Amino acid sequence: MNTAHNTMSDIAKETYQTVGQPLIEDPKMHVRNTNVYYGEKQAIFDVNLDIGKNQVISMIGPSGCGKSTFLRCLNRMNDTIDICRVQGTLMLDDLNIYDKKIDVVELRARVGMVFQKPNPFPKSIYENVAYGARIHGLTDNKVELDELVEQSLKRCGLWKEVKDRLDEPATGLSGGQQQRLCIARAIAVNPEVILMDEPCSALDPIATATVEELIHELSENFTICIVTHSMQQAARVSQRTAYFHLGKLIEVNDTSTVFTNPEHKLTEEYITGRIG
Amino acid sequence: MTDSATNAMNERKQKRVARLAKRHRAESRFKWYGRISIGFGIACVLLLFTDIISKGTGAFTQTYINLEIEFSEDKLKLTPLSSEKEIKAASFGSFFKKTVREQFPDVKGRKEKRALYAMFTSDAPLILRNLVLEDPSIIGSTRTISLIADDDFDTYYKHSYGKGLSSEDEIGRLNDFQKSLVGRFVDAGMVEKRFNTIFFTNADSREPELAGIRGAIMGSLLTLMVTLVLSFPIAVATAIYLEEFAPKNKITDFIEVNINNLAAVPSVIFGLLGLAVFINFFGMPRSVPLVGGFVLTLMTLPTIIISSRAAIKAVPPSIRDAALGMGASKVQTVLHHVLPLAMPGMLTGTIIGMAQALGETAPLLMIGMVAFIVDTPASVTDAATVLPVQIYLWSDSPERAFVEKTSAAIMVLLTFLIFMNSLAVWLRKKLERRW
Repeated sequence: MNTAHNTMSDIAKETYQTVGQPLIEDPKMHVRNTNVYYGEKQAIFDVNLDIGKNQVISMIGPSGCGKSTFLRCLNRMNDTIDICRVQGTLMLDDLNIYDKKIDVVELRARVGMVFQKPNPFPKSIYENVAYGARIHGLTDNKVELDELVEQSLKRCGLWKEVKDRLDEPATGLSGGQQQRLCIARAIAVNPEVILMDEPCSALDPIATATVEELIHELSENFTICIVTHSMQQAARVSQRTAYFHLGKLIEVNDTSTVFTNPEHKLTEEYITGRIG
Repeated sequence: MTDSATNAMNERKQKRVARLAKRHRAESRFKWYGRISIGFGIACVLLLFTDIISKGTGAFTQTYINLEIEFSEDKLKLTPLSSEKEIKAASFGSFFKKTVREQFPDVKGRKEKRALYAMFTSDAPLILRNLVLEDPSIIGSTRTISLIADDDFDTYYKHSYGKGLSSEDEIGRLNDFQKSLVGRFVDAGMVEKRFNTIFFTNADSREPELAGIRGAIMGSLLTLMVTLVLSFPIAVATAIYLEEFAPKNKITDFIEVNINNLAAVPSVIFGLLGLAVFINFFGMPRSVPLVGGFVLTLMTLPTIIISSRAAIKAVPPSIRDAALGMGASKVQTVLHHVLPLAMPGMLTGTIIGMAQALGETAPLLMIGMVAFIVDTPASVTDAATVLPVQIYLWSDSPERAFVEKTSAAIMVLLTFLIFMNSLAVWLRKKLERRW
C-alpha cells in the first residue's frame, strides 16, 4: 500500500505517458490532451484516447479516479455542473464536441447515456421508450411510434415481459427490467455511441448477466463505452480496456492483454487487487 | 484477579445501573413535557372553539314576526294595475305603522307606539314595498308576511325570553314595556325562529338583523382570485428560473436572501407599500379587491416561491439526468419531468399561501378595504371588504347582535381556512407520485 502511495504522488508531479495502445485506426471518437477541472481541482490529466467504432471499451480504476467524469465529457453531461471546465479536443467523427456552436441536444441524440441507478421516468413503460422519439420528432404517426417502441423493447429482450402492460408505470418494473428499459429508451433514439456509467452496479447477478448479454449484442451496431467497478465484467463485455488512476489514463489495450499481461505496475496492482 | 480489582469492577457496575435508572427517568420526564405541551395546545384550541361556537351559533338563527297584513287599496292608494312608478311613490312607511297599530289597538302614546314599530326591522316598509313591486296583484288581498324582527327583539327572544332569568342576567337592552310586547307577540303565535339566510345573502348593514357576510365573502373571493392569478405563475416562474436556470453567483445569492427576508416582513408593511405605490403613485382606486389582490400577491409571493423551490429541489436529480441524457433540452426537461413531479408541492405551498392571504387584515386596512360597504362587490374594481376585516369591523360594534355575528363570521372564516388546508393535504396525497 505504501509503495502504491509513493508511485501515485510521483505520477501526479510529472508528465506521464499512457502505456499500451491508446490510439487506433479509424476511431469513432477521439480525445486529445483533455483536462477536466472542478473549480480549482483538476480531475482529469491530459488524456489521449481513441474509441473504436462498434466496439465496447470499458473504463476501470479505483473510486474517484475520474472514469465517470471522463465518460460524462463524451456527451457533455458535465455541462450541468457549474464549476466543471473541460479543456482539449474531443471529436465524434468530424464533430468537435466542445465547439461553441454545437447544440448539446443534437450531440446527446447521437451519444446516448445509461446511468448507474436505473432512472426510468415516472411515466408508463410506453412513454419512457417513446419519449426520445417524441422530443426529437423521429416518427410521423402513432403507428411508426408503436413500431419503434416495440423494436426497441425487442432489442433489449424486454418486449415479451412488458408487452401486455405497456401502460403501466415503469417504476413498477424490477431493477434489472428498469435498467433494460433505460437502455431501450436510449437506443430508441438510434444513437451512434452509448455511454454506460456502471450500468449493473445496482443489479443482482442474474439481471447483471442479462444486461451484459444485451451489451454484447448491441455492440454489433453501437459503439459502447462502459464504466465498471467489476473487472470480471470488463473482461466479459469489452474488447478494449482503459485503466484510470487519479485522473490519469495509465494504460489502454485489448482487454485480454490488460488482464493477462499488464504493462504498467499500477494496472497490475489494481487487477491483482492490491489497490482499489 | 485481586480483591481490589473485583471491588472496583462491582463499583463501576453499580454506578452504571444507577446511571441507567437516571436515564430512564430523564426519558420519561421528557416524554411528559411533550404530552403536557400537546395537552395545553389542545386545551387552548378547544377553549377557543367552544367560545366562538357558543357565542356564534345564535347568529345562524333569526327571529321573524308573522304579521297579517291587509294590502288594502284604500290605505295604499294603489290598485293591482298601478305602475311601478306609482308603487315606488306610495307611502309604505305610514301604511306599515297603521297596520301594526291596528293589530295592537291598546298601545297608546307616542313612545309606546314607537317601541312597537321598533320591534320590527327598520327595513320593514321597504320589504313590503318590494313585495308589492314584485307582485302587484297582492294589492287588495290579505297575506301573512314574515317580517324580520329587530335585533334587540331577536337577541332578547333567543337568549333571555322565557328562561326565568333575573332582569340583571337578561341579555339585551329592551325596557320592561318592550319585553312585555315581546311576550304579547309570542302569545299571539306570531314569533318564529328560522335559519338565518340573511346572514349569507346580505352585505354589511348598520342594522344588525340585516347585516350579512355575503359582501365580505365576495370581497375575499375576488381578492384571492387576483392574488392567485398573479402570484402562482410569477412564483412558479421565479422558482423554476432560480432553481433550474440561474447561474449560482453573487446576484442570485442576493436575490435568494432577499426572498427569504421578504417572507419575514410584517404584512402591514406590504399594505403601506401598496398604498404608496399602487394607490398614490399609479392612482388606482381605494378599497378595491384589485389593489388588495396586488398587495396580498406581494405578501404571498415569497411563501409560494420558497415552497416551490423546495418542491423542485426534492425532484431527484436522476430524473433530470435521464431527460438530459436523452437529448431533451433544459426547458423540455423542466416542463416534461421536473414540473409535473414538483407540482403537488407547489400547489400545497400555493394553497397555504392563499389561506394566509385569506386571513390577512392589516395590509388591507392600509389600502382602505376597511370602509363600511353595503353593496356586494361584483367586480375587482368595486369597493369591497374582506372576511377578516368584516370581523374586525363588527367586533368594534356595541350591539349585542354584532357580537354574535362576529363569532359567526369567525366560524365561516375558519371553515374556509380548514377547507383550504384540507384541500392542500388531499391534493398532496393524491398527486404525489413515487419514484
